[in-house]
This record gives sequence, structure tokens and C-alpha cells, in this order.
Amino acid sequence: MVGTAVPRRLTWLVAEVVEMVDETARARSIVLRCPGWSGHLAGQHVDVRLTAEDGYQAQRSYSIAAPADGEKVILTVELVDDGEVSPYLIEELSEGDRLEIRGPIGGYFVWEPGRGGPLQLIGGGSGVVPLMAMVRARVEGGSDIAVRYLSSARSVDLILYREELARLARDSEGVEVLYTLTREQPDGWTGLTRRVDSEMLEAHAFGAGEEPLCFVCGPTPFVEAVASALVDLGHKAERVRTERFGPTGG
Amino acid sequence: MSTEAHVDGNVLGGMLMEMFGAEMTDRRGCCGECGAIGTMGSMHVYVEAPGDVMRCPACSAVLLVLTRIEPVVRVHVVQLAWVEMAAD
Amino acid sequence: MSLISRGFRRRDRVEAPEGRVPLGQYATSDFPVLSAGPTPRVSQDEWNFTLKGVDGTERTWSWDEMQALPSEDITVDIHCVTKWSKLDTVWEGVSVDTFLAGLGDPGTFVLARSYGGYTTNLPTADVVEGKAWIVYGYNGEPLAAEHGGPARLLVPHLYFWKSAKWVNGLEFSNSDRRGFWESYGYHDYGDPWLEQRYRGD
Repeated sequence: MVGTAVPRRLTWLVAEVVEMVDETARARSIVLRCPGWSGHLAGQHVDVRLTAEDGYQAQRSYSIAAPADGEKVILTVELVDDGEVSPYLIEELSEGDRLEIRGPIGGYFVWEPGRGGPLQLIGGGSGVVPLMAMVRARVEGGSDIAVRYLSSARSVDLILYREELARLARDSEGVEVLYTLTREQPDGWTGLTRRVDSEMLEAHAFGAGEEPLCFVCGPTPFVEAVASALVDLGHKAERVRTERFGPTGG
Repeated sequence: MSTEAHVDGNVLGGMLMEMFGAEMTDRRGCCGECGAIGTMGSMHVYVEAPGDVMRCPACSAVLLVLTRIEPVVRVHVVQLAWVEMAAD
Repeated sequence: MSLISRGFRRRDRVEAPEGRVPLGQYATSDFPVLSAGPTPRVSQDEWNFTLKGVDGTERTWSWDEMQALPSEDITVDIHCVTKWSKLDTVWEGVSVDTFLAGLGDPGTFVLARSYGGYTTNLPTADVVEGKAWIVYGYNGEPLAAEHGGPARLLVPHLYFWKSAKWVNGLEFSNSDRRGFWESYGYHDYGDPWLEQRYRGD
């Protein structure tokens, strides 16, 4: 090919860790400053590459947690038991360290206010990360598109972004946040308490007649069950976008 | 068909970009075995098997196989009948 | 050379006795589940296993017939081409020699076929004389589907992609036909002690 430059998003860029933020006991957000970052849309992800001194390399994909903001790229990483990369990113990586990333990647699982709504977001575990980027994009963009955000977590202490979402739901018109805790609930819990199913979607998600754009993200079995339920409830398959993390959730 | 072992085509988004020079996850691809059409981002991918295997979500036919046999990264086009490029 | 990530190292290295781990491998206490496709779900009722000899002779065993064959407990090290090795894994199964007794010509090469379509090729010499088994038990339990159950081929002296999960049959012939990974550039033989990962190694 003559005269083609390699797009920046294909090359490995070196980002610097500006801040590590504790989200839950098992998750941290990594705030990166990445010179040369070309910007991104909510829902996109980056590839992260780690290289050990003996040359051994490991590569994983992580969703970007916030909309584009110059050179800033924020990733939220949840610990995967027996994982290789997530323990490093959560327990070892520190402010000042450098990290190789490539991206942004993904043209399918993306949303920006111009794509319309209403917006139905359903996430399992760390599947909420790209959905949070969409919520933040909706709020920061000053959009009035109606958003319903449904997050499934095993227990209340594993819910990501809880305080921020409470504030956004309170302060923004048209943002509704719901949680379902599938394994254990704190005393006095009045929220939902089972896996996301058809009845829950029928009661709490936008109806098929409202033609929402649905984004479903999380472990593969979760995504398959929720996406099928949405289609069975009448949502058109083209308006249900999915991102599967695999059995362990990434 | 089991659902627990795969991720989706978004995981190969970076590789697809390298191969085609463009963002491909929202481009439609067609299975040469059963004719099913879907976005590349929604195809099923089995990773590190030792290579990465992209399969048709409808019939499980092997669409692409990615092998990283250092230093060569090779994409074997197996039963991906076609993939759409962007209209200019 | 890429940026070195401060403090990053391979996970789960287990110290291993001298000489047990081939070059390029590391010992792990994990048992990673790696698969080229969806996990087939095969019940014992529907399971069968067929040997085909070079001369066209064929013999099929049902699950019950296979269970009636003499079985062994096997303790071996296994080596995956993705660089992990697992020492002293314990299996229960039937030697391929037992199945081969009474079959016609076993030729010089064998193609293992699995439920779900996976295949792998090996020389006949590497599945006879106590080198290979059809195993249905792992660590004292029935072999889990994600690890190849109800039964898989076990050929521990070669890289573990040769130990075909969900094995359904062995076809013997005098010509070497490449299986799944071999046709995408992996080694026809696959000796971990010679690091034969890829064709040409």
C-alpha cells in the first residue's frame, strides 16, 4: 500500500500512571496520561501489553471507563482469581509506572449522544465499565437522553461506581440506576436480589416499544442470557449490542 | 451449544485493525458454512487454544484462525466468506 | 524490545525438581482450560469410540464396553505448548494397546478425531507400547467436560494439544494427514523436550 501511515491506534503507546484509585476491595481504576492519544468513544477498549524482564509478554483488553478527555485514559480493572494480568495491575502497578496500550478499539459496542436513545445499559460484574463510560458521556455531554442502568453484582461491596452513580441519578434528569445482588445482600436491602431475567427486564427495562439502544456487557453466560431475554421480549436484535468477557469476566 | 468458553470478536479488535488497517468490529462478516451474517465484533472467539479461533455464532464453523508463531503473526482465513469494508 | 513492565512476571510458577520441566516451560499448579471451540456435551449413553485400521477393519466400543476393559491409574507430567507444564497429574483410563489388540493393520500414522470436529495427527508408534491411553478419570473424579470429558486421548510425552479432548475415534493409515493445529502451523510431531512447537522447529 502506497502512502499509508499507520494509524496511531494501531501502534503501542507508552502511557504513564497518574493515579491509582480504589473502587472496591477487588477493583481499582488506573488513570493514565497517554501522549499521542487520538481520543475515543464510550464503549471502546484498549489492549494492554505487559513485558517481563525475561521477555515474556501478556496482553489483555480493558474497557475505557470514561469519555475522551485529551490524553487521559481511565481503565477500571477487577481482580480475576488466578489471573495473570489483573493481579499485577491491581496489586503492583503504581503511580509513575509506565504501561503499554493500544487503541481505541471497537466500533460496534460504542455509544455517543448523537446515536440517540433511550439507552438501556445492563452489566454483570466488571461488565459495567464500558457502560459507565456511556453514562459519563451522556452526563458530561449535556444530553437529555433517558438512561436506565442495571448492574448485577454478587454483593453490595462489589458494586462499582456506586457513589458516583447515586449522585448522577440524583442530579441528572432521566438517569435511573438499579442494582441486583445475586449472592448476598446487606440487612435492609430493598433492591433486587436475583440474576437478571425476563421478568426483571419486563418490569424495569425500557419496553421494546420504546426502541431503546441496549448495551449488555459482562461474563459470557450473563450476556447470552440477558440478550436472549431482551430479544424474546421483542427488542430487535440490531438494537441489542453485546460484549462478552469470557467465563471469568476478564 | 455451550456458551461458557468463548469471548467475542471485540477481543480481536486490535488484530483485525492490524489486518485490515481499519476498525472492523462493526463490519458485517458472512459465514461460508451456513450463510449467517453478523458483525465481526459479535463473532465467537476461543482464545489461546494455542491460537485464537473465531467461529460463527450460529453454526460454530471456523471463520479465522490467528496464530502467533514468533515472530510471525498469521491470520488463516478459513470459512469467513466475506467481510464488508466501509463505503467511502 | 517493548517497554519492560516493572515488577511483572509470569503467574503461578511452581518450583519443580531438576529435569522435569522442558526448556521454555514453567510448572504450574493450575489446570488451564484452553479450547479451540465450544465444549461438546456428550452423554455416556451416546458416547462411542471407534478404531479404524488401515485395511478398513473397524471396531466400536460403547461407554459400557469401554468401562469393561482393563484400566490403569496413570501418573504423568503434561506439557502444553502455551508453556505451562503440570507435574504428576493423575488419570484413569484404558491403554490404546488394549483397544488395538485384535484390530487389523495399525499402519504408521494415526488421526485422532473428536466430538466437535477437533483432530490431531501422530505416528502410530507414539500411541502404542504403553505411551497412550483413552482416559475418563482425572484426579479420582470423572473427567470434566471442560477438560475433555467424558473421555480424551492422553499422550503425555508429546505437547498436550495431541491429547485430543472429547475423543471419538482413532483412524490409522499409512499417510500422515494434518490435524487442526498442525494444519495451522503447529508441529507434526510435537516433542516438548526438543521444543517442537511449530512446523520447522
